Amino acid sequence: MLTNKNIVNEGKFGKGKENYVALFLTPIYENMATDYAVVVKDLKKSFKNLQVLRGISFSVARGTVLAILGPNGAGKTTTVRILSTLITPDEGIAIVNGFDVQKHPKQVRSNIGLTGQFAAVDEYLTATENLYMLGRLYRMSHAVIKERSKELLEKFDLVDAAHRSVKNYSGGMKRRIDLAMSLIASPPVIFLDEPTTGLDPRSRLAMWEMIRQLKAEGTSILLTTQYMDEADQLADRIVVIDNGLVIAEGTADELKARVGSDRVELKLAKEDDIEKAHALMNGESVHTNTDRRIISVTTKGGITRLKEILQRFESAGLEVENVSLNRPTLDDVFLALTGHAATEETEADQHKK
Amino acid sequence: MIDKTRIQDTLSHQKRASLFWLLSDSWVMTKRSTLHIIRSLDQLLSVAIFPIMFLILNRYVFGGAINTGEISYVNFLVAGILVQMLAFGANYTTINLAVDLQQGIVDRFRSLPMASSALLIGHVTSDLLRNIISAVIVFAVSFIIGFRPSATAVEWLLVIALALLFTLAISWLSAILGLFVKSLEAAQWVGFVVIFPLTFASSAFVPTDTMPKALRLFAENQPLTHVINAMRAWLVGTPPGNSTWLAFVWCIAIIVVAMPLATWIFKRKTS
Repeated sequence: MLTNKNIVNEGKFGKGKENYVALFLTPIYENMATDYAVVVKDLKKSFKNLQVLRGISFSVARGTVLAILGPNGAGKTTTVRILSTLITPDEGIAIVNGFDVQKHPKQVRSNIGLTGQFAAVDEYLTATENLYMLGRLYRMSHAVIKERSKELLEKFDLVDAAHRSVKNYSGGMKRRIDLAMSLIASPPVIFLDEPTTGLDPRSRLAMWEMIRQLKAEGTSILLTTQYMDEADQLADRIVVIDNGLVIAEGTADELKARVGSDRVELKLAKEDDIEKAHALMNGESVHTNTDRRIISVTTKGGITRLKEILQRFESAGLEVENVSLNRPTLDDVFLALTGHAATEETEADQHKK
Repeated sequence: MIDKTRIQDTLSHQKRASLFWLLSDSWVMTKRSTLHIIRSLDQLLSVAIFPIMFLILNRYVFGGAINTGEISYVNFLVAGILVQMLAFGANYTTINLAVDLQQGIVDRFRSLPMASSALLIGHVTSDLLRNIISAVIVFAVSFIIGFRPSATAVEWLLVIALALLFTLAISWLSAILGLFVKSLEAAQWVGFVVIFPLTFASSAFVPTDTMPKALRLFAENQPLTHVINAMRAWLVGTPPGNSTWLAFVWCIAIIVVAMPLATWIFKRKTS
């Protein structure tokens, strides 16, 4: 135990964070592992004849959030299940906090917290009992579990419900206790498989806030989502997967940039002005809609360009009623990359399970 | 730099401690399953009501029509009802395991550094507790309706030992069933379909002498009959034949086969 603590204190495992995990080994792949919480190389997995993962690679830098974005059946859940040692890959390497998921599954399990798509909570137990059970199974001591439970119940706003059976919780509360259970051992790496699917907008925002807090505490997070705005809001980097392949990777801005430019849209007060406006923007990529008094200008200049256009219109005496600067959404990105919308069902989806 | 000997040390520490952790994990899971018994109303009701219902119905509906020779029917009946209740109680492992497997909670357990067989051990051990409660109720009601055992202290201990061993045997068989059934309904159904015929085609409720030859051959040689005959012999002094030791042999043999088999299937099924 003492030697284990020492390893932790040397700072190899993430930002001097107190680690309650008992069984700790020095990472075998430490050169690869020091800067990355997760490294995945050329992962392949088939179920019967269906190839769900066709060789995906990505990595999660320590203390960052990576979102795997893709439609149903793209291979998101399969990837999370491999990383959390629930299934083994057919080919490829997956390393979590320095441990190979196939060679050292037990060590991986001591280093991760998993929150699946459906709340994995014991409904007959209370929140406190659920947390205690998980803590014991993570091999934590009574005192530490007690302290940590108190902290988590407060943080997740479950203090009042702490001694009620989870059976009577609302959906949002169940999801909260579910996440709290994943965090009981303060694992350095967290996997969240579609953490907000099925939540109402308010619970969804609350979940986002908790994920941001976790990141601020230095936890490395891998989350999967089918929602573009979710990836946009939470992730430092986004991996877009479709049909078991990575089709794009980068920050939200980088991905948006791949689709192209911003669009400045101006609504004029008078219909007659449209022609003048068109003349004013002479030589640029302009689209006009006379009936709706709208002129839109494609540009890479962002806000600066928007201001400049507005000034030009003002000095020409054109009255602008409304103006918007539209950045491409990740939906646009997905459509541009895959040729189909993200919410479309794929063939693989129907074969799932 | 990594120190190779330190890794070796930690690995061997883990190995030495693995039995300790298995017991610790199993204890956690047993507490969980036990809370399920206490908190779920239907489990509590079936534990309490079924034995009472069966005792009273059998005693007063069939009792007058069945000839059990020198001993009274209620004295004959108690061992049979007890074993039937133990078998139904042990069937809860099928139901609870099927429920766990349907929900995400098994995935959660498997993503933890726990011993995976602890989940099975927890369900099986909580069956023991449920059956102890059931057995106490069976005996209490039996006394009220006229059961008068002649067992000595040693014979009572033998009854208790065999009851626990029999529960374990059926629980481990139930665990195997629980790993294969696809739904909760199937889990309940499969228990009834297996346990009902087995208890009726045994010496539980009637002496086997009047059964047709083939059925009688089966009834007299199946494990439930041996367990019932052994208990009846200890409780009210009927002639045991070979049943006393055959009952133990059957139970131990079932445990020795079913326990590793269930564990093996569980590991394969969930990976």
